[in-house]
Amino acid sequence: MVPLRPPPTQSRGPVALDDRARDNIRFIRETMERAGSFTAVSGWGGIAMGITALGAAVIASRQDSTLLWLITWMAEAAVAIGIALWTTYSKARSAGTTLFSGPGRRFVYSFAPPLFVGVLLTILLFRIGSISEVAGVWLLLYGTAVVAGGAFSIRIVPLMGLCFMVLGTMAIFCPPGWGNAFLGIGFGGLHVIFGAVIAGRYGG
Amino acid sequence: MAAKSGAFRAAREEKSKQGSVAVDPATAAAPNLDRVIHERTRLAIVSALAVNASLTFNDLKQLLRVTDGNLSVHARKLEDSGYIACTKSFDGRMPKTEYRLTAPGRRALEKYLDHMEALIQATREG
Repeated sequence: MVPLRPPPTQSRGPVALDDRARDNIRFIRETMERAGSFTAVSGWGGIAMGITALGAAVIASRQDSTLLWLITWMAEAAVAIGIALWTTYSKARSAGTTLFSGPGRRFVYSFAPPLFVGVLLTILLFRIGSISEVAGVWLLLYGTAVVAGGAFSIRIVPLMGLCFMVLGTMAIFCPPGWGNAFLGIGFGGLHVIFGAVIAGRYGG
Repeated sequence: MAAKSGAFRAAREEKSKQGSVAVDPATAAAPNLDRVIHERTRLAIVSALAVNASLTFNDLKQLLRVTDGNLSVHARKLEDSGYIACTKSFDGRMPKTEYRLTAPGRRALEKYLDHMEALIQATREG
């Protein structure tokens, strides 16, 4: 005789429960990721910073004195900081968060110390007359800042930091004359490439 | 004022007790489940607070994409259970409500995760 209730309820029940448990765990993980990461890093900002840095690299390479070369890059740093603040602020605002909500604050707190060290080491190198060696220091410390801050952001951000650190390491072991080119590749090229990826994949 | 809010809270607790009498058929199969944390919005609030020292009402609202009313009801329930703590202050003239996860709340989330893992484990073995 064929039973009227063919589905084996004993095995069906637990499987559904199992799926629901998996789904709950996935939900918790996704919420934590969304709540814990700083997604206001602006890809368009990166592209803009990269373009101004490429311009700065060209202008800086034509300067006769080291001081004028340094001033060119300092001006570029100021412009880049302005672009970064403005684009990050507007992306955060359009996403409905602020720069200083939980993850944003941690991003800034981890990003700032390496940059501060970079400024001090620049002063030191200038004082001992070795400013031509500064490219590696800048790339390494900026990379460190991006890796540290990027820990609280989308995964591609720390990857960009790592690329900066690789370039910085290369700059340290190459002739100082190549420094300007390394700065152009790093602050120009890497920003444009990663900026484009972030803008394409993570909405601006 | 304290007495007033105490009375208010007691009334609310009474209400939430009545509410929990109704058993959710979808979860009836899992005994000993922490139902305070099991509900989706409350689970999201606790998960979001687990990775942030504190979040404001507006942070949570935008993050979880829920309405004011929905968020305040669920946050209240978590607060009543002692899973989250709430501080109210003023940011200029705007009232600001800030939530953070308490130690019991963190334990509850860990227990809930353990529970889910045990469920998966049990099906794998059975």
